[in-house]
Amino acid sequence: MTIDSNANSNSKPKNNYRDILQETVSKKYRRRLIVNRLVTIFTIVCVIAAVVPLGSILLEVVKNGASAISFEFLTQPQGSIGSGTGGIGPAIQGTIIVVGLASLIAAPIGVLAGIYLSEFAKKGIFADLVRFFNDVLTGLPSIVIGIVGYIVIVLSIGSFSVLAGSISLSIIMIPIVVRVTEETLKVVPYSLREAGHSLGISKAKITLFIVLPSAKNGIITGIVIAISRIAGETAPLIMTILGTSLFFTGITGPVDALPLRIWRLASQPYESAHAFGWGSALILILMILAMSVGLRLLAQKRTFKTVN
Amino acid sequence: MAIEEPIEEKGQVVQESTERYKVRIENVNGWYGAKRAIKDVNLNVKEKTVTAFIGPSGCGKTTLLRCLNRMHEMTPGAHADGRVVVDGVDIYDKSIDPVIIRRRIGMVFQKPNPFPTMSIFDNVAAGLRLNGMNNKSIIREIVEESLRNAALWDEVKNELDKPGMSLSGGQQQRLCIARALAMQPEVLLMDEPTSSLDPFGSSKIEELVRILKDNVTIIIVTHNMQQAARVSDFTAFMYLGELIEYGSTNQIFMNPEKELTERYISGKFG
Repeated sequence: MTIDSNANSNSKPKNNYRDILQETVSKKYRRRLIVNRLVTIFTIVCVIAAVVPLGSILLEVVKNGASAISFEFLTQPQGSIGSGTGGIGPAIQGTIIVVGLASLIAAPIGVLAGIYLSEFAKKGIFADLVRFFNDVLTGLPSIVIGIVGYIVIVLSIGSFSVLAGSISLSIIMIPIVVRVTEETLKVVPYSLREAGHSLGISKAKITLFIVLPSAKNGIITGIVIAISRIAGETAPLIMTILGTSLFFTGITGPVDALPLRIWRLASQPYESAHAFGWGSALILILMILAMSVGLRLLAQKRTFKTVN
Repeated sequence: MAIEEPIEEKGQVVQESTERYKVRIENVNGWYGAKRAIKDVNLNVKEKTVTAFIGPSGCGKTTLLRCLNRMHEMTPGAHADGRVVVDGVDIYDKSIDPVIIRRRIGMVFQKPNPFPTMSIFDNVAAGLRLNGMNNKSIIREIVEESLRNAALWDEVKNELDKPGMSLSGGQQQRLCIARALAMQPEVLLMDEPTSSLDPFGSSKIEELVRILKDNVTIIIVTHNMQQAARVSDFTAFMYLGELIEYGSTNQIFMNPEKELTERYISGKFG
């Protein structure tokens, strides 16, 4: 194309943008190919960097822990120290009780607070303050929460207890659930709320029966992540449930938990204790896996009622 | 109708004029913050007719529609003043709860918005159930009747428990109409209900509008002048937030009084 071909359109001859663009593209083409390749390789390297340590830890845990697992190991309290007899029954039971109770406390509070932030208090100083402190709470070291739990609950009850442990863990869990719930609800299209309003449905019912079900999967994922996080917490449990070699005695009594048990077994000098420690770690991982898969399956269950 | 609230008992009953109008719009202004998007609109809508709001984009036709069931004020910073009298009751009266108003005035939106977690049946039943009706046999009857009235029954009667989202765009829009009809509205507001549909889906909706007007007063916003000409009995032409001309559709299209209307109708701007 020549400049002459544009001559009749305007007095000033136009630049031939098509040729300029073509030239630029072909000059940069080789470079672009290389950059493209490099970015692809870089992302793959990052994936490997993320997966290899995790995979090797998992492999190590399975390799060292699998041999320790037996029926006795899963159900019995531990035998005398260094004997390599007994098991981690109380720790499994304790983890289920403490984490379960913490989830029962934190999930409703977290979800409802998230609903408040997303649906009822979008703007305003109060909502912003809640959001700010919620984020601060997410980053709080768990040992600090353990110490607070010790001072506030353990000292006032007078004993290390399930209650103190559960409440401390729930404090770690709540901010995560709040944040995920709020973010998930924000993604639900406004048109659904509008449809609800146009039918004369009250705001509470719109939130509960139309918006919340649409966000269900995201919220459950958030709860799963939060439970996984607290199931592996050790520091706050040292300060609140202490750990014991006995089974559950009551909500105000001490109890054992897997992360605590792993820590104690690992600090003993005996080979048999270390094997038990690996076994406990494997059990903890398997329990978290089972909880995660179980809750997700529950979430994916058909929500459509059959016609009555 | 069991689900209807006796709202006539609440609020001040506005004096009837000689001719009975279903909806009377009196000096309505619609605001977004300090911006006046609707300027002093006065308009009367007859019962069991179809009225079309036409006008170029941004002329306020959708905003005006949303003033008629108090949805406009749901937008942050927005409010409206003036009076909208439906069946003799001013819906902007202080004693009126907008939630109750919206139960009687149905709305269909630009994009089909069925509830994604609900089946076809539950979508239609949602308004009934969430307003407290729990008589299963009545709900079933209303759902069937509403789907029939929305011309969807024959297409979905064997798959009522499938997700509402599994339907095609046009079917979803008719599902939304059925959902609105289930609340037994006397007035149905439609905000460009065919703008996201293909021609086949659009013609189905238009056909439906012509049938529905036997029972319901319909106000439809459209940017499609042919559509307004095809479905409506009355047409209101709006421009820059003002009602420029209002009259029978025939008159507006064949013999507009205002020059602006004539220029818009003939496609000279917009």
